[in-house]
Amino acid sequence: METSKVIHAIYTDDDVLMNAVKTVRSEKHHIEEIYTPFPVHGLDKAMGLAPTRLAITAFLYGCLGLAVAIWMMDFIMIKDWPQDIGGKPSFSFLENLPAFVPIMFELTVFFSAHLMVITFYMRSRLWPFKSAENPDPRTTDDHFLMEITVRNNEEALATLLKSTGAVEINIVDKNEDAH
Amino acid sequence: MEYKISNRLRIGAIILMVLGALGIGYGFMDSHQYQNVDDVKELLASESHHGVSHDAEVAGSHGDSEAHAGGESVEEHGVSHEEHVLHQIHNRPYSALYVGALFFFFIALGALAFYAIQFASQAGWSPVLFRVMEAITAYVLPGGLLVLLIAFVADSHIFIWMDESVVATDTIIQNKTSWLNKTGFFIRGIIYLAGWALYRHFAVKFSVAQDLADINDNRNFKKSFRIAAGFLVFYIYTESMMSWDWIMSVDPHWFSTLFGWYVFASMFVSGITVIALITIFLKSKGLLPFVNDSHLHDLAKFMFGISIFWTYLWFSQFMLIWYANIPEEVVYFVTRIEDYNLPFFGMVALNFLFPLLLLMNSDFKRVPWFVVLTGIVILFGHYLDVYTMIMPATAGERWFIGAPEIGSILFFGGLFMLIVFTALGKNPLLAKGNPFIKESEHFHY
Repeated sequence: METSKVIHAIYTDDDVLMNAVKTVRSEKHHIEEIYTPFPVHGLDKAMGLAPTRLAITAFLYGCLGLAVAIWMMDFIMIKDWPQDIGGKPSFSFLENLPAFVPIMFELTVFFSAHLMVITFYMRSRLWPFKSAENPDPRTTDDHFLMEITVRNNEEALATLLKSTGAVEINIVDKNEDAH
Repeated sequence: MEYKISNRLRIGAIILMVLGALGIGYGFMDSHQYQNVDDVKELLASESHHGVSHDAEVAGSHGDSEAHAGGESVEEHGVSHEEHVLHQIHNRPYSALYVGALFFFFIALGALAFYAIQFASQAGWSPVLFRVMEAITAYVLPGGLLVLLIAFVADSHIFIWMDESVVATDTIIQNKTSWLNKTGFFIRGIIYLAGWALYRHFAVKFSVAQDLADINDNRNFKKSFRIAAGFLVFYIYTESMMSWDWIMSVDPHWFSTLFGWYVFASMFVSGITVIALITIFLKSKGLLPFVNDSHLHDLAKFMFGISIFWTYLWFSQFMLIWYANIPEEVVYFVTRIEDYNLPFFGMVALNFLFPLLLLMNSDFKRVPWFVVLTGIVILFGHYLDVYTMIMPATAGERWFIGAPEIGSILFFGGLFMLIVFTALGKNPLLAKGNPFIKESEHFHY
């Protein structure tokens, strides 16, 4: 079991937090994680996080859904049993295309939306009965918490964080295997 | 920031108008070399020598009476095929002129509706673009009057129900004469135009007055807000009726309920596209320093979204009629698919697939040349849209995009540029009195 020390700086205002993030980054400290009760606009940019690629996956899933819809209806309605249903032309896919469009559209949206949500859950490790990884319950209500790894620089780091307006600074032994 | 139309632009626009007028004139001369039925007989004979396939096509479309949506009524009344073709040849330059006039008028009217929506919704991002929109809407009045003038001159060359002799033998049109009569058509046309032009006049007046007013005096802005809300109500009724009058009535035997919305989507996306194009043009001249790439992003999002909205309405109209396949409704699409296959389906690719794939990416929406490229494709697509609304009813299978069509685009395009860029020079490019202008200048997405 490996343990390491982290420092938890707690803030009560998102503006103060944003400025603290900028200061800490300019001092070249690595920010492990930030816990906030709500989305803070621009926080990801200030932290220098890479943009999400979720939209690209959604587009690809949509293409997959469209392909599934086309393949399914082409097989069922045109190839497997091309019945005359109310005089609709089932000689080729193209001739009967308008009737298939509503399903093609819906399946595109369905695949795109659902697979993207599932991708999101998997990438962010969210599932039922998962134990919460919250270091301090107050961060779900009105506090903001910045977690920084300590590398024998506790004193300097604590002073820096204090100067950025942290209301509380805790040094915690973090158990890497706990979550 | 001030803008003055440059001499180069003015001369360029005038050259376009002259070239266009020459093209239009050539179109009329060209069509009138066929004076009577005998000339057409010669034409048809010479065409049938070109090859077997074309011969078969002519014979085929002649034998199939359903293929003539506009001509159907004519043929029923014992008019020979040659005379029918003669009418189509004569109708073409009028229709080409009408299509060009409608297309550019729709851009201005679409921009006007967009402008009113910005006021009514109190949008915080768009006030920096208001002067561009106001300039584009300067074309509403002259453009609309030209449309009405062409309709008046073209008469039964475009609107078959304006021909007394046709109405006399056509029960379907007779039952519609309480709406479809010439006096009513022009009175309604003038009422629509007057309403739109009045709103435009007062909106611009209040917008300029707000610039000069005291910083705490928002009375002009409040007036703008109220008239915008009133205008939008008036607009949605009149726009729908205008589309019945000016477009749907070219096929007086056909009707569709969502037609007004469909025409609206077309003009709305064209208007937004032109707002984006002119903004990019002025920005490239360094005249709009307060417009940033987030504004461009928003305009491109609107181009993207409304393009898809247009496709939704196009498809809803097409699919419902295709699915039920009721003969009296479906002739409309039969003519378009048989005689206008490429423009009819080509415009769906241009108006849907291009914007869908090019503008989906968030980063691309901020790249000016990308938006310009897509904008040109969208505008061409919506020209084809108006073209396939009018032409099949008047010129039938005798269509082509040649001198009269390109001439009309050049003529009205030149006129549009002249009026819009002259109007752009009349007021400062920043509507500084607008209470949302600070927010708009700092708009960031």
